[in-house]
Amino acid sequence: MADSPLVVAQGVTKRFGGLIAVNKLDFTLEQGAIASVIGPNGAGKTTFFNCIAGFYKIDDGEITFDGQSIKALRRDQISRLGIGRTYQNIRLFANMTAMENLLVGQHQNLHASWIGAVIGLGSVRREEKLAHDEARRLLRYIGLQGRGDTLASNLPYGDQRRLEVARALAAKPRLLLLDEPTAGMNPAEQGQMTDFVRRLRDELGITILLIEHAMRVVMGISEKITVLDHGEKIAEGPPEVIQSDPRVIEAYLGRGSTSDPAPSPRPALAAADAAPPPSGG
Amino acid sequence: MTAATMSATPEEAEDGLSAPDSRARSWRQVIRLGLIGGVVGLFLCLVGIVPTFDPRALVAGLISLGETALVGLGLTVGYLAATRAPGGQPQALAGAALAGVLTGALLSLLVVLGSVLDLRAVAIFASPATYAILTFKLGTAGAWIPTVEMAILGALGGGVALLPGRLRRAVIASLVGLVVIGLFASLIRTPLRTNPVSDAIGRFLFAQEGLTLPGAVVTVIAVVAWQLLRPASRVRRRLAALPEQRRRTLTVPALILGILFVLWLPQGVGNFFAFVVATVTLYVLMGFGLNITLGLAGLLDLGFVAFFAVGAYTVGLLTAPGEFGIAHWSFWAAVPVAIILAMLFGAFLGLPILGIRGDYLAIATLGFGEIIRQLAGSDLLKGLLGGPRGITSVPKPIEVPPDSFLAGPLQIYYIALVCAVIVAFIAIRLRDSRIGRAWVAIREDEDVAEALGINLVQTKLLAYMLGAAFAGLGGALFVGLQGAIISSSINLFVSINVAAIIIVGGMGSIPGVVVGSIFLIGIPELFREFSEYRFLFYGVALMAMMIYRPGGLLPSTIAKRELHVPDAVEPGDPSAVPAAAVQA
Repeated sequence: MADSPLVVAQGVTKRFGGLIAVNKLDFTLEQGAIASVIGPNGAGKTTFFNCIAGFYKIDDGEITFDGQSIKALRRDQISRLGIGRTYQNIRLFANMTAMENLLVGQHQNLHASWIGAVIGLGSVRREEKLAHDEARRLLRYIGLQGRGDTLASNLPYGDQRRLEVARALAAKPRLLLLDEPTAGMNPAEQGQMTDFVRRLRDELGITILLIEHAMRVVMGISEKITVLDHGEKIAEGPPEVIQSDPRVIEAYLGRGSTSDPAPSPRPALAAADAAPPPSGG
Repeated sequence: MTAATMSATPEEAEDGLSAPDSRARSWRQVIRLGLIGGVVGLFLCLVGIVPTFDPRALVAGLISLGETALVGLGLTVGYLAATRAPGGQPQALAGAALAGVLTGALLSLLVVLGSVLDLRAVAIFASPATYAILTFKLGTAGAWIPTVEMAILGALGGGVALLPGRLRRAVIASLVGLVVIGLFASLIRTPLRTNPVSDAIGRFLFAQEGLTLPGAVVTVIAVVAWQLLRPASRVRRRLAALPEQRRRTLTVPALILGILFVLWLPQGVGNFFAFVVATVTLYVLMGFGLNITLGLAGLLDLGFVAFFAVGAYTVGLLTAPGEFGIAHWSFWAAVPVAIILAMLFGAFLGLPILGIRGDYLAIATLGFGEIIRQLAGSDLLKGLLGGPRGITSVPKPIEVPPDSFLAGPLQIYYIALVCAVIVAFIAIRLRDSRIGRAWVAIREDEDVAEALGINLVQTKLLAYMLGAAFAGLGGALFVGLQGAIISSSINLFVSINVAAIIIVGGMGSIPGVVVGSIFLIGIPELFREFSEYRFLFYGVALMAMMIYRPGGLLPSTIAKRELHVPDAVEPGDPSAVPAAAVQA
């Protein structure tokens, strides 16, 4: 199976009322790849993510994961197939500790029944101990050793981002969807996050799909880039090709200068590294 | 009151330059305080708290409970006014007296108005009886009395505020102590009756109702001595100084003493008290149950009474010997059936509605509770459940001769205590397991929890069913306690009481449930004369809780952390800005 694509989307369409957020999108993702979805605000990137992760039911088309259709599955079923995700706005369990977040992340790999937990079966205890060990290992992996008892909402921003990734990792996913993992980070932090994401693929063999605004990150890490605009794919290919694609540049800079009198908030490709990432998308 | 003072204090500090201005503001505050006090006084009189409590003596022959309310009001107004008034001690005292005058003036106005107009058409408690209390039985001729009385009380209260710290605390504590001991007098006296020596002491300290005069003096002396000597903090300091090892060996006997006390408690203080304690324990048990549904999983279930009813009627039907009894089982055989039925019922009701979120779930479950209540009392099921008259003469769980100490509510207390411990154990084990974490995750963010592989329906349903099971157990024990189940026992207040216990005690906190039950069930049950105003106090207590202790009396560690201001993100940390923005 190593050569067949992990994710295949065909003609995926998602409408919100009259708005077509994602329009007849075809997309494939190879096993073990690091790929990015980019595009201006409102291009449908996060909507597409939400379709894969089961947050939205698609109106048309088909999405398969490892050959299995996932368009009719619930979020928990999709997660159990091996798709993990993070969120554009960090959505940690704010009132749980870092440790507890990572333990919840492992939920689908644990098997204790409620009766077993009440009785305190030996197998349940062993499982709990292993889960705690695993959570501590993940804390070390993201450089948060010793901070396990800190409330997630009390962690610094960058740590929260990494903790959210670690929580997704705790579920042992085969595909990780990262929604703007470097949003709000300075260039040094962006660099660290890029290295971290690459390590996830290299060391853990996880296929990675990210949405990203910081062009330096996108260009530096991606093996394939898919560009969306108005819910449609306008370009796809390796970074070198995308960088010089006229349609992409047009999408980012705006179509001509006549229809858009206000200066566009969209960062131009060159300026994107320094500019703070716009929200939405 | 408090909001006004809190906003005014920094202003005063800023306005240090314009002294007359801030002085005027302070006086305005004093006046406002006096008027607020007057309104509270009118409220106390017109809703009938003063006249209803008047027959109950606090200190026999000296002061009734109704008068205590007014005296307390006058002292409080004076105390608060003295802390607000500007300038030195004379002004503070004058301010306190002024506030008292204003408070009293409103009450005087009531008496005068009451003599001219018939206010009873609006407020039935605007009666000569109320006026008589306000005017020391002089009626209209004594309309000036409340003003003078409140002025004196205000000045006294102000005087207390000016006392040096330790003395002030001692005075306040002795007044509060007097009220508390006076209220609990009959309770404290009952166990003293057991032998002649203690009975003599009891008769010396306590009257038929409330304290005797010497009893009051002894109480005040005892409280003042306690305040000045502070034995509790001394013991605590002594304990803290002990090495860890020794302290741990001391906790074991302390624990045993505590358990013995809990076991002895209802036995020594008489049957009525035993009944109250059994009821409290029953609610503790149900509180533990709802704590899983509401405290951990965050499902606001207001239909708790439905499962309570299922448990109660199941035991009633299966054990009663009368016309409605269908099986004549023993209590112990019926209880497991009741629990399982309640649980199945929980699944049956839960499945269709667990997709509903938050407040809507509360409304839906509220509806279910009402349906069950209506059904229980309906003519439709009268042949089966006995309608409003219910199922009576349900046998006790343990059949004992009538003179045995277990004959009364005591046996239910012990059974409920054991059950509550078991339920607490189950709740703690679950809380610390994979299931408990999933519940909390669902409470925190349902979507994210599901995307981490948590099956929402299964997990929520389990929480709902366990809550239902424990409600059913509560209902079963309730039947054992009452010896009957009548449809009027099935009412919304069962649900509301249990939910309020959890909110007041602290969401998700196990000791909080115990404290909440004592406050919300035990104390109102003990003071039956307050029963008219039970829900008034209830409402006041809930509002005060929400304002001053939103986390509950004994918040769980998570809730405590929730309310704790985050300190790890430094204000100067540049990364803190986007973090805050993202989370907002």
